[in-house]
Amino acid sequence: MKVYTYFPGCSSSEGTAVAYGESIKAIAGAIGMELVELEDWNCCGSTPYSSTDELGSLCVAARNLALAEKAERDMVTPCSACFTVMNRAKAHLREYPDLRAKVKECLKEAGLEYGGGVRVRHLFEAIYNDIGFGTIAAKMVSPLKGLKVAAYYGCQLVRPESDFDDPNNPKSLEFLVTSLGAEAVPFAMRDRCCGGSLVIPELDLTLGLLHKVFESAAAGGARAIVTVCPLCQTNLDAYQDMVNKKFKTSYNMPVLFFSQLIGVALGMSPKALALDRGLVPAKKVLASYYSAVAATGGGA
Amino acid sequence: MWQKLCFMTLAEESPGAGAALAERPTATAEAEDDSFAEEVYSLPGGEGVRWCIQCGICSASCPNVARMEYSPRRTIAMIRAGRRNDVLNSNSPWICASCYLCTVRCPRGVKPTELMHALERLSTRYGTHSRRVSTPAMYRAFVNSIKNNGRVHEVGLMMEYYRKTNPISALRMSSVGLGLLRHGRLSLKASKIKGVGQINAMLKKAESLGGAK
Repeated sequence: MKVYTYFPGCSSSEGTAVAYGESIKAIAGAIGMELVELEDWNCCGSTPYSSTDELGSLCVAARNLALAEKAERDMVTPCSACFTVMNRAKAHLREYPDLRAKVKECLKEAGLEYGGGVRVRHLFEAIYNDIGFGTIAAKMVSPLKGLKVAAYYGCQLVRPESDFDDPNNPKSLEFLVTSLGAEAVPFAMRDRCCGGSLVIPELDLTLGLLHKVFESAAAGGARAIVTVCPLCQTNLDAYQDMVNKKFKTSYNMPVLFFSQLIGVALGMSPKALALDRGLVPAKKVLASYYSAVAATGGGA
Repeated sequence: MWQKLCFMTLAEESPGAGAALAERPTATAEAEDDSFAEEVYSLPGGEGVRWCIQCGICSASCPNVARMEYSPRRTIAMIRAGRRNDVLNSNSPWICASCYLCTVRCPRGVKPTELMHALERLSTRYGTHSRRVSTPAMYRAFVNSIKNNGRVHEVGLMMEYYRKTNPISALRMSSVGLGLLRHGRLSLKASKIKGVGQINAMLKKAESLGGAK
């Protein structure tokens, strides 16, 4: 069992992406990961904070880094925004000595210090590199044979920097999809933006971006989209109906977290994987894999 | 005058750029301000402006360029030309979704995403940001949620945002909100972390060190 400090992030812990957190808890033990939640973690600050107040945003991120450093383990987060923002904070503290000195003073006010020693990783990357998709595939109860999936990276898993995949032409999520027995369809928009939190202030702009993603996924013949980011899932799932109304389309594309896709292949129940939290139901698309599990008497 | 021509003829970007042009009353009236470029170079994220070769791959990569008053490439050209008010009043930085496509493609390592964030901070500091964008109000609500709870409470954030901007527009979101609520994806009560006091002590200190102006 590999042990990690776990940083769920706001939306996956109890917000719009709560199904992400729930499904991760469901699969972690089964794939050989022990996730120890960072105690009393705070919001990473995300883009809104670093876009309004640099020092404040670094302080907020540094509190998490300081708390995590005490545990002396790698910290994993399933949220692409948390992943990018905390690594951005780390880089800024390394590259700007004046900001580092100020953040140090601010941390002192909270009785904390940070020495720069925490590795912040995306949960998907940790599973890819440390556990291995082959190991997961070996535990499959219900291979997802015949399931056509659009592997959607979004932005902040491989950009602005990635030490495990190509920022211009990522492949790792497709590897997962095919390892689980499913088919990764050609999907030109797979690493393009869903609009992120701009969905609130710039709704129409974001609906346009989402429309392009659905159009591309559907053109490849996908029956479902799989994501590694809570914002991507929420935008693609919760706003799908609005996209259909605006563009007179009829997409009916369930949007799964990669942890849910792994769980289905491992034969875990829809309830344990929080599949019922999707606004676009995944039941029909996944039904055959569950009946296969029932027929063999397996599953959780 | 040559700059005006340069900005207009190099409009590689978007069908929307032409429409936006009409909405820029100050776009060509401004005198050059030599200190502006230096100020931007000195900001974290602004250093790369010096290295830009105006190739335009940032603008060509940007998913939201059609909605921007000035494309990323043009924004950089305007910074170098000292167009302080035009740059800081523009909607462009607030339309950036931080997708970082420009950043990974830039052949000069300019990091336009970081530049956009730096410009957002600068216009926040000077209070100059465009009234035509609602993103600043959303960002403020987001930061307030962190200050109050230590975490982002999505329902609280949305309520503050719509109260401060356009409450009527919230109606359009009601179906999404109800859908999320029905599926147990909206937490009505904000959960507060124990370390809220710690966070606010840090932020108070940060302010005294010149953090948020």
